[in-house]
Amino acid sequence: MTLVTGAMLASDALTSGPISTITPLHQSPIPHAEVVRLLAAWTDDGRADDLTEHEERYGRLPSLLPGRGVRRHLLIDSVRRAGLRGRGGAGFPTAEKLTAVAAAKGRAVVVANGCEGDPTSSKDHTLMQLAPHLVLDGIAVACYAVDAADAVLCLHQGSPALEPMRAALAQRRDPVPVMIAEVPPRYVASESSALVNFLTTGAALPTTGPRAAERGVKGRPTLVDNVETLAHLALIARYGDEWFREAGTQQSPGSTLLTIGGAVTWPGVYEVEYGIPISDALELAGGESESLQAVAVGGLGGTWLPVSVADELPLTHEDFAALGLPLGIPSIVALPAQACGVAETARVLRYLAHESAGQCGPCMFGLPAVAEDFALLAAGRRDRELLDRLERRLGVVPGRGACSHPDAAIGFAARALSAFADDVRAHAAGRPCRWAAQQPWMPLPEEAA
Amino acid sequence: MSRYTGPSISVDPIACTAHGLCAELLPEIIELDEWGYPILADGPVPPALRAQAKAAARACPTLALKLSRG
Repeated sequence: MTLVTGAMLASDALTSGPISTITPLHQSPIPHAEVVRLLAAWTDDGRADDLTEHEERYGRLPSLLPGRGVRRHLLIDSVRRAGLRGRGGAGFPTAEKLTAVAAAKGRAVVVANGCEGDPTSSKDHTLMQLAPHLVLDGIAVACYAVDAADAVLCLHQGSPALEPMRAALAQRRDPVPVMIAEVPPRYVASESSALVNFLTTGAALPTTGPRAAERGVKGRPTLVDNVETLAHLALIARYGDEWFREAGTQQSPGSTLLTIGGAVTWPGVYEVEYGIPISDALELAGGESESLQAVAVGGLGGTWLPVSVADELPLTHEDFAALGLPLGIPSIVALPAQACGVAETARVLRYLAHESAGQCGPCMFGLPAVAEDFALLAAGRRDRELLDRLERRLGVVPGRGACSHPDAAIGFAARALSAFADDVRAHAAGRPCRWAAQQPWMPLPEEAA
Repeated sequence: MSRYTGPSISVDPIACTAHGLCAELLPEIIELDEWGYPILADGPVPPALRAQAKAAARACPTLALKLSRG
């Protein structure tokens, strides 16, 4: 995958400390796409910084030794004012998690989630390969904030981030040493309760039960945060909340890494400000490579949007929430006009059904049933019961599993029905579109696609 | 909003293996989906059904059905 970022930077400006002082060499013609925070090293010279270069670029972390550095609660207050939200899909306020873990009884554990299970997203792997020290700084800051005794970085077995993260770890001595845990490469294994379960029992399966913040790994209070969230935390600890809010919107502050794929000229990972309209994000990736009909935003738990809706829509939690949609994982897949959204959705659902942990009945049986309905719909099977049966199943499955996997899959299916409403009607009437059997655009692991 | 306060029933979706006894013992609140797994009505158990709900929870072969204090 090509890696490109949104702005070119003057290389001599980069040695002078805080990146807020850096001015772009070439002003990007696209507003919201000028911000380069996490990927500065890559933008500068196309490779990751070692620890010395990293400290020259960003400055050193403030002291994280008890009694020397900023008081813990003041650090958490600063994160609260910054309005940092999780970058793993749910967008949960990071300060609330920090507060809950810090307040819980017992020695805390920090779990950095770098699994990046969603096949539409490669931003976490990119971040760990291009700015590994920023992630490790973030883990150190989180450990300090919640007074953690242990820290674990979770990566999938065979992850491209294993080697760069190991190499970066070898260059540092953090107050709390970071262990790397290799998690089985299953989609639901990277869900937060599954990680906690894996680190406690060795089984990478979601669980019901108390929140990780209260009773997580081995019963200890546990902070589970996405690696990009932690990288932002490292910058807030250095430059403060006001700096952080110089990018983004009131309710979705800061920048975010965004994976852009599908029918665009330069698919890749880009750093953008929250608030960038989706059409501008596509422009950043060189624009459409052929005429588009829709985009999938937010990964496999996200949503399809017809281009007419997506174009002007700003990429923020609040703008999506106003439409009743989750923003999800920051990823966009552009679907060309000559493709079948129903067939694409059917493939996604088959993958998600296959990736059920098989623990909860409504997920174990409901997802394959819905996937099968969608496959029949995609094939243009004339079946008068089909749409009614599908609607009923979509209504009955959500909220009945231990984790959010079934809800996310069902949500994706339900939103596909409205995004491709005309196509759905035609398919149901026995008139499938001619693109249904084409090569898929949604990136899925091979065995399911 | 429900008219009642007090205990409500819940099911542990991992423990549940679709025996279906609960829907027989408490059809007023529990129905089964097409795969035999229980769908629970929202809100607290009406007072008149509390004893029945308790019996249903006790009868669950996998102890997946629980009556919680409200």
